[in-house]
Amino acid sequence: MIENVLLLALALFSVSIALSLYRVIRGPSMPDRAIALDTIGINLLSSIAIVSIVLQTKAYLEAILILGILAFIGTIAFTKYIERGVIVERKSND
Amino acid sequence: MFLLQVLYIFIPMLAAILVPFLYKSIKNIHTGWFVLAVPATLVIIYASYIAKVAKGEVFQAELPWIPSLDISVVSYLDGLSLLFSLLITGIGSLVVLYSIFYLDKHKEKLHNFYVYLLLFMSAMLGVVQSDHLITLYFFWELTSISSFLLIGYWYTRDASRFGALKSMMITVGGGLMMLGGFILLSIMGGTYSIRELIVIAPDLVGHPLFTWSLVLLLLGAFTKSAQFPFYIWLPDAMEAPTPVSAYLHSATMVKAGLYLVARFTPIFAVSELWVWLVTGVGLLTLFWGSFFALKQTDLKGILAFSTVSQLGLIMSLLGGGAVAFHVNGAADLVFKFAAFAAIFHLINHATFKGSLFMIAGIIDHETGTRDIRKLGGLMSIMPLSFTVAAIGSFSMAGLPPFNGFLSKEMFLSAMLALNEFELFGFDTWGALFPIVAWIASIFTFIYSFYFVFRTFAGQYKPEQFPRKPHEAPIGMLISPMILAAFVVIIFFIPNLIGDTFVKPAVQAIQPFLYDSPSAIDIHVSAWHGLQPELFMTIGIVIIGVLLFVALPKWQGLYNLFPRSLTFNNAYDKIMQGLDVGLYRISRLYMTGSMRHYLLYMFSGIVAIVLGTLFVKDAFSISFEGAAPIRSYQIILIIVLVIGTATTILAKSRLTAIIGLGSVGYTVALFFVIFNAPDLALTQLVIETISVALFLLAFYHLPKLGKREERMRFQLNRAIISIAVGVMVTLIALSAHSQKLIPSISKYYKETVYSLAGGGNIVNVILVDYRGFDTLFEITVLSIAGMAILAMIKLRMNRKEKAHENK
Repeated sequence: MIENVLLLALALFSVSIALSLYRVIRGPSMPDRAIALDTIGINLLSSIAIVSIVLQTKAYLEAILILGILAFIGTIAFTKYIERGVIVERKSND
Repeated sequence: MFLLQVLYIFIPMLAAILVPFLYKSIKNIHTGWFVLAVPATLVIIYASYIAKVAKGEVFQAELPWIPSLDISVVSYLDGLSLLFSLLITGIGSLVVLYSIFYLDKHKEKLHNFYVYLLLFMSAMLGVVQSDHLITLYFFWELTSISSFLLIGYWYTRDASRFGALKSMMITVGGGLMMLGGFILLSIMGGTYSIRELIVIAPDLVGHPLFTWSLVLLLLGAFTKSAQFPFYIWLPDAMEAPTPVSAYLHSATMVKAGLYLVARFTPIFAVSELWVWLVTGVGLLTLFWGSFFALKQTDLKGILAFSTVSQLGLIMSLLGGGAVAFHVNGAADLVFKFAAFAAIFHLINHATFKGSLFMIAGIIDHETGTRDIRKLGGLMSIMPLSFTVAAIGSFSMAGLPPFNGFLSKEMFLSAMLALNEFELFGFDTWGALFPIVAWIASIFTFIYSFYFVFRTFAGQYKPEQFPRKPHEAPIGMLISPMILAAFVVIIFFIPNLIGDTFVKPAVQAIQPFLYDSPSAIDIHVSAWHGLQPELFMTIGIVIIGVLLFVALPKWQGLYNLFPRSLTFNNAYDKIMQGLDVGLYRISRLYMTGSMRHYLLYMFSGIVAIVLGTLFVKDAFSISFEGAAPIRSYQIILIIVLVIGTATTILAKSRLTAIIGLGSVGYTVALFFVIFNAPDLALTQLVIETISVALFLLAFYHLPKLGKREERMRFQLNRAIISIAVGVMVTLIALSAHSQKLIPSISKYYKETVYSLAGGGNIVNVILVDYRGFDTLFEITVLSIAGMAILAMIKLRMNRKEKAHENK
């Protein structure tokens, strides 16, 4: 029973990833794409958590944490790029 | 003692090492005087063999070279090799003597000249004495190379370099063919030794490689001996200094091909093809060379064509010698003359042609020109040269009392004899042989007269000569006079020469006819009765004189022969065509575009892999043992496909990068569901970094040409992409379906804790079981890091430098 519920959840996450992916591809503006990517990251994170329950392992906990960090950093970098045009700013005398 | 015999071959080569030192340290004495000692000594050494070899003895010595491959330098002295060795060293001595007076010791680079010449002498001795096929080839190529160096001696002249290159291309090309023939021979016979091959010759005939080896070997002989149509290098080789022309291009090197044919006659004479090729090509060359000699205006050009023609004569006689194999009781018939005549004329030709070349050199030296149209009336000014030239020319024309008469008579006898045998259709085509030979002899007569009388008779026109002509110094005349003396002496004592030199050589050529030299019952006589050949000779003289007198009236006909139909033109066109054609072919596929190369590579891979799968019948699909497919896996695959499609079809680069990123993350997800946490972790991080790098690269694209447009569709690329995809899929399926050996991962699973003391099997493999790979992957990463750093930093430095230089 619980297995089926987990699989259903996984499928739903996949659908939401697919929908977000559509937004990434079409997404008329850059911020749309950035947000969609961030959503994909969070959904991935959640589906990995579900998968690790399905597989009954703790091995993916690091992956979940890493994904969280990466999604955050990625979104920050993306937004900064959209805002300023550069990601790593240099000192003016550099 | 026996080993010494091999070392004699190398004496000139060893002496060549000393020449530059002598040249540098002793300036007062002409270097040639030291060099002269080398061939002179060798003549004496080889002369000591004459008496024994004439009795039929042979001498053999071996110097192992690469024993494990059965390669050694074998010196084998029988009648044939001894005759050639004596010619090489004897005429070599005379040529060195002549060159001492011909080449100025201050103006010329004598050390080069004598080093090349001595090298050539060694090579030539090696060719004629080698009994081992591979070392024979080695020396053969050495003659080509040293001849190349000698022809290009005046390397600042264009014509010299052209002639040297041309002779090199043709003779080395032929030499390679010959090597092929040799290798086939050694495969057939199982031995490298020529003597052993001769012994087992009857067994070789039926071998499928026999004809190939025959043709290849003959190609080598024909190119070296300037036979039709490969004679074209010889006239161009006349740019060499005259001593070289006299030595290489009349007496020795061009006879290497004749030697080869003579040496291999006992092996190949069984074959009709050999007889036809050797005789036919020889006669054609004889006619062609004598016909076109009259077109030449350069003295050495006439002599070059005459050499070509005379070599053809000897070649056709060697072919006749091979026919004797097919005739029962040939030793009792008139037919036996052929091989004897070949060797006899070979000696005669070496004497008179050597002297004629030297005379041509003297005329060039003393008048400053070799153009026969400017020369004339030198008879009273250069009486000695005239005498020598007349003796040589009359001998060449085949007049008594000179040796050429004897050999020409024998030549005509042999050709008439060929006609009489109903052998492989000789009764029909063979009738042509004496006729062609007779016409060629007429032309020979005319050009001999043309050579001597246009130069020495007629009107003296001093204003046409660049220098004031006078008789040559006596030193220069010694060598041609000695040779001219031989021309006359041989006429009067032909049987002495015949018994000592010719018969042992004939026995080497025709071991199937004679057991020993004394069994050859040929007696040369100047007067042998009213035979048909005598009338033929009379005819030659009468028609020759008539035509020579009328020469100015019809010589213009030669100009009608179009230049575009000559073999020289063909050679030029071939070389040019190869140059241009190959350049075009390379340009055709080497476009410089990476895309084209990738197309070639991918289509190549697809063709090879799919071809192999198909040919080996290795293609199979079986889903046995495959895991069941889950619904979420299908969804993930759909996502993956959408991501990939987005990357390919994206309009903007940014979309493509994002599509690629989504593919990467989906792959990470696949790692998750396929139980690979470490891989998933790494994949996530790496994907993020590479997407960031892509974005960086995207941002720095230049403004110009940054047109955002969809990738253009091209059918060939689409086909190849699909083919590659299909190929990889098929391979994966086939590989999965045919697993032969079980995986070794069981061992890791069992021992990961007990042996390595770890729980994470992936990490233990990476750093313990197979840490070496990890080490070098770390190295790769550090190299990449350093390279990126270097690329960025060094580019800036160069910019600064370029700035400073301004």
